[in-house]
Amino acid sequence: MLDPRLSVIDERLSRVKRIMAISSGKGGVGKSLIAAVSALILARRGFKAGLLDLDFTNPSSSVILGARSLYPVEDRGMVPPKISGVEYISITFFAGDEPSPLRGEDVTNAFVEILALVRWSPLDYLILDTPPGLGDLLLDLLRLIKRLSFLVVTTPSRLSLETVRKLILLLRSVKAPIIGVIENMLMDSSQSLGEEIKKLDAAFLGSIPLDPGVEKALGDPEKLLETKFAEKLSEILNAIQ
Amino acid sequence: MISAVFKIAEERGLRRVVEVKIKIGELQQIDLDAFKLALSQLSQQYSMDVKFEFEIEKAEFKCKACGNLWPFNRDELKPEEQEAVHIIPEVAHAFLRCPRCNSPDFKIVRGRGVWIESLRGER
Repeated sequence: MLDPRLSVIDERLSRVKRIMAISSGKGGVGKSLIAAVSALILARRGFKAGLLDLDFTNPSSSVILGARSLYPVEDRGMVPPKISGVEYISITFFAGDEPSPLRGEDVTNAFVEILALVRWSPLDYLILDTPPGLGDLLLDLLRLIKRLSFLVVTTPSRLSLETVRKLILLLRSVKAPIIGVIENMLMDSSQSLGEEIKKLDAAFLGSIPLDPGVEKALGDPEKLLETKFAEKLSEILNAIQ
Repeated sequence: MISAVFKIAEERGLRRVVEVKIKIGELQQIDLDAFKLALSQLSQQYSMDVKFEFEIEKAEFKCKACGNLWPFNRDELKPEEQEAVHIIPEVAHAFLRCPRCNSPDFKIVRGRGVWIESLRGER
């Protein structure tokens, strides 16, 4: 008759000032890295930041952050653990290293369960690391989270840009706020699609050069914050904060 | 649960809620006594004189590959896996396979979630 979880989602998120979904039409564009490092940068700046990894079938934020042996505390819901000052929830807490193959209905149920259970502190920012595409999770985000804005990520590839164009069209059609578009993994400034991005119905926030130093910093939040990638992302966050 | 009861009562224009039937999916592995106690205390806190009835719905899975139906058996899971399924039932997909064909592609047919099956009140 009635799923009581839906009654509590707004309440659970009521103490979060700003919720940002890091999204893209395509996988492999660096959404998880941008999401995780954004949360680290904001926490470093003294903001109360949270990170929720919603890529249930391919979670990677735990690898980026080196988050091992973390587990939420059950107390009138689920209290997220912290890593480097960031409140953090990932399905890897529960599924461990096992693959978790989920169909759409399961994705929706896991998402609703997490929204209904997690007791975030009063946060300045909650960053959502989302799976690629226009599938179930994106539709659930639009349906269930009010006050949600989207930070869209592309690479300097026309393949990626085409999927981002469709994502922006969709978001605009449902009047979802779009913070802007980041071009990630730029190898050569002459290859930037900045001019193409500017033609989309969203602000172009800037390009982040491909930083080989990121690979060595994976798993270490302090080292990640020292990368050129983080430096450039930090500049972009200055503009949208 | 209490928020949901209030919401339904408001939608139906009920002055007082008399009885609430709650169904609990087996996969949630909820401690029923603790749940009853919490609801009882909360309903008193809100000055509600409600009779709560509870029913556990057995969990059942159906394999998408071979069509096999099988029941949930928590003893097949390690304690930490039981705990994980208790919190997010969908992570059962990380730990279980169809016992007939070993496919990971199965559906939770029933026995997940907690929901209000029916609610009776006075206008």
